[in-house]
Amino acid sequence: MRSSKLVEKYFRTDNLPHLWCPGCSLGIATRALCAAVDELGLDKDKTVIVSGIGCSSRAVGYLDFNTIHTTHGRALAFATGVKLANPELEVIVISGDGDASAIGGNHLIHAARRNIDLTLLVFNNSIYGMTGGQASPSTPQHAKGTTAPYGVVEQPFDLVKLAEGAGATYVARATAYHVNPLIKYYKNAIAHKGFGVVETICICPTYYGRQNRSGSAVEMMQRLKEDYVLNTNYEKMPEEQRQGKKVYGEFVNKILPEYIEEFDRIIADLKGETNV
Amino acid sequence: MYKEFRLSGSGGQGVILMGIILAEAGVAKGLEVLQSQSYGPEARGGASKCDVILSEETIDFPVVREPDFFISITQDSADKHGHGLKESSVAIFDSGIDIPDHLGTKNIFVYPIIETARTKLGKPITANIITLGVISALTDIFSQEELLKAILSRVPKESEGLNKRAFHEGIKLVNRDA
Amino acid sequence: MSNRILMQGNRACVEGALYAGMRFYSGYPITPSTEIAEISAQRLPLLGGRFIQMEDEISGIAAAIGASVAGVKSMTATSGPGFSLKQENIGYAAMTEVPLVIVNVMRVGPSTGLPTASSQADIMQARYGSHGDYPIIALSPNSVRETFFLTVRAFNLAEKYRTPVILLTDETIGHSREAIVLAKPGEIEIYDRIQPAYGEEYVPYRIEPGEIVPRMPAYGRGFRYNMSGLFHSETGFPSNSAANAQESSDRLFSKIYDHVEDIVTYEEYELEDADLAFVTFGSTSRSVMAAIKKLRKEGYKVGMFRAVTIWPSPVKQIKALADRVKHIVVAEMNRGQYVCEIERIVQGKVPVSHLGRGNSAILLPEEVSERAKEILK
Repeated sequence: MRSSKLVEKYFRTDNLPHLWCPGCSLGIATRALCAAVDELGLDKDKTVIVSGIGCSSRAVGYLDFNTIHTTHGRALAFATGVKLANPELEVIVISGDGDASAIGGNHLIHAARRNIDLTLLVFNNSIYGMTGGQASPSTPQHAKGTTAPYGVVEQPFDLVKLAEGAGATYVARATAYHVNPLIKYYKNAIAHKGFGVVETICICPTYYGRQNRSGSAVEMMQRLKEDYVLNTNYEKMPEEQRQGKKVYGEFVNKILPEYIEEFDRIIADLKGETNV
Repeated sequence: MYKEFRLSGSGGQGVILMGIILAEAGVAKGLEVLQSQSYGPEARGGASKCDVILSEETIDFPVVREPDFFISITQDSADKHGHGLKESSVAIFDSGIDIPDHLGTKNIFVYPIIETARTKLGKPITANIITLGVISALTDIFSQEELLKAILSRVPKESEGLNKRAFHEGIKLVNRDA
Repeated sequence: MSNRILMQGNRACVEGALYAGMRFYSGYPITPSTEIAEISAQRLPLLGGRFIQMEDEISGIAAAIGASVAGVKSMTATSGPGFSLKQENIGYAAMTEVPLVIVNVMRVGPSTGLPTASSQADIMQARYGSHGDYPIIALSPNSVRETFFLTVRAFNLAEKYRTPVILLTDETIGHSREAIVLAKPGEIEIYDRIQPAYGEEYVPYRIEPGEIVPRMPAYGRGFRYNMSGLFHSETGFPSNSAANAQESSDRLFSKIYDHVEDIVTYEEYELEDADLAFVTFGSTSRSVMAAIKKLRKEGYKVGMFRAVTIWPSPVKQIKALADRVKHIVVAEMNRGQYVCEIERIVQGKVPVSHLGRGNSAILLPEEVSERAKEILK
């Protein structure tokens, strides 16, 4: 479906224009979500989108679903309650890199550990944009943020490895440039029974780009195109070609017992045994 | 009637259950009751304590301060909680205990509760029910039937016989002395 | 007599919640509230509800809010440090008007304090703990029996006024066992939030004529609306307008403060001819009650005002009290919290003093008597 049709069908058009900066890629990710929802044929009335705080989390205000803009870092925890209260709802969480992996890191690893049937979309722009460009757990080492004027000292999180290590059963990564895989991964994550995570590498020309002399939005997008290689292709590349390359693709896709199904099964067994 | 009980022993002896049974007997009799117990690190192993108030009127102040009945079946709990009793208090100890100084009362009763549990019933775990038998014989708050009923409603069906025996052994300990 | 059973305060809380229709509990274990989580974990699944032990206190309340938004009556319980951690999301529930019951079984603080000891030092935190201006309802039971009934009431008020309601109990009440007769089904009216009818035009934060709060549809019922902790207009979408923020804040406050007659409950004892009134609440009221019974026998004109609803405070009743007694003593298990509110209300009309302390020792009836005799000598 063309963008304008998607906008018409899934956006709260009265709330447009959005508040994101020119050149920001959050709109691409949000549109990709709508495309995935459309291709899956989800019922808007039965779909809930939960977000935390930050630039990415403002997406919910523009999306015509059941939407809840919660507190910083806690979107997954709110979403867990929504899903447990009514498992028929399709619950999708939109979070930023700071929201999901710094203040909300504990909820991320535990949602993954539980393998609860939620979808987490991390719109990772490597910076705290809403508050003006502070370093996040995804800001590359030595890159600058307003709270890292001499460069970030720490290693960034690899969100894919973090989610996988914590037990997520669907994990993928794409970039705002690689829109077709992005839509496919969103679809797969939403359709997946269990905890699915898709990291979307976004660009923030305003706060990340300016501090790090990353050039224009177009140049930053160009770099996504050049730097990211599909994981299966990367495997085949000779060592010298791998220099400076990063990978996108599907990294985990397996079926393990899902939290709510397990919970309900235990209770059903119990009722069968004790006839309560 | 307003009576305060302080039951003490060591963790795992069923002291809390003893207090709950006493309180439930009170509830069944239409009395006002309040039961509380020690929590936290002090409740794991070491001395365990359970307080019960039985009253014909509303229980306002919810804490046992001057127990009318103090019961202790281990040395540790006797040393820790066996003080500050009033002159009219009744103190009941297992015979293996050196009675603490400064108990505050001279109404002291000593019975071989632990030994009876071990040798006569072959189950140290029955010490709490034997103690309830002792309490039953020494007090006139409940009839034997009332207390036994409260015990049987709390213990597993398969151990009813054992608990009945334990209760009656406790009564016998008192009556033998009398 | 067979309905009369022995029950622990924390269990009575869960039984009250289930009676009121709680079908979701999320929380994190913390002494002395843990039994509430344990018993919920045991009981809820058998009643078609769900329980989840979350990874921390913050997610404990967050999941409960989420479940409430999805249409299920929810509760979380905590103590001391956990109550501090939950504060941000209490403000969120107040701002977004999500019905929710938060139980705080008070223990001695600050910090880890005395985890297994009783206290009443979270009175002001219950009122002002989250940032910003918001109203709250807080209820405080003084017995196992009242814990049951007040938990039911906490849910009813939460649903009726679309607000978080805090049940402030304490270690003494939470851990004691007393005799109780639980209400039979149908004996207490249960209030459920009003949802918009299917197909009806729905503006998320608009109040229908004759109603107190906006209608609240469960997610999935066809009303796709937005909820946000940002100040929002009646559309539910964020608004930066100062005028809107003022109007929204006014409405949050007025929905509670215009209905204090409905929300505030209290108990008066021997106040008719009293020269001295003890204002108290929760377990401390039992020390005061014991003392007053004794003092009355000795001829002292003392009485007790027990706040059952702590917040909003019983302003009208305390003002009236100040008109008829000569002294007020606020007895509470802390170093002086509710006394600040009572002083504020009394405005110097009669002397107001405080009786309490910062450790775990419950006030003794003799201490209450001693203070009374000092004042009335």
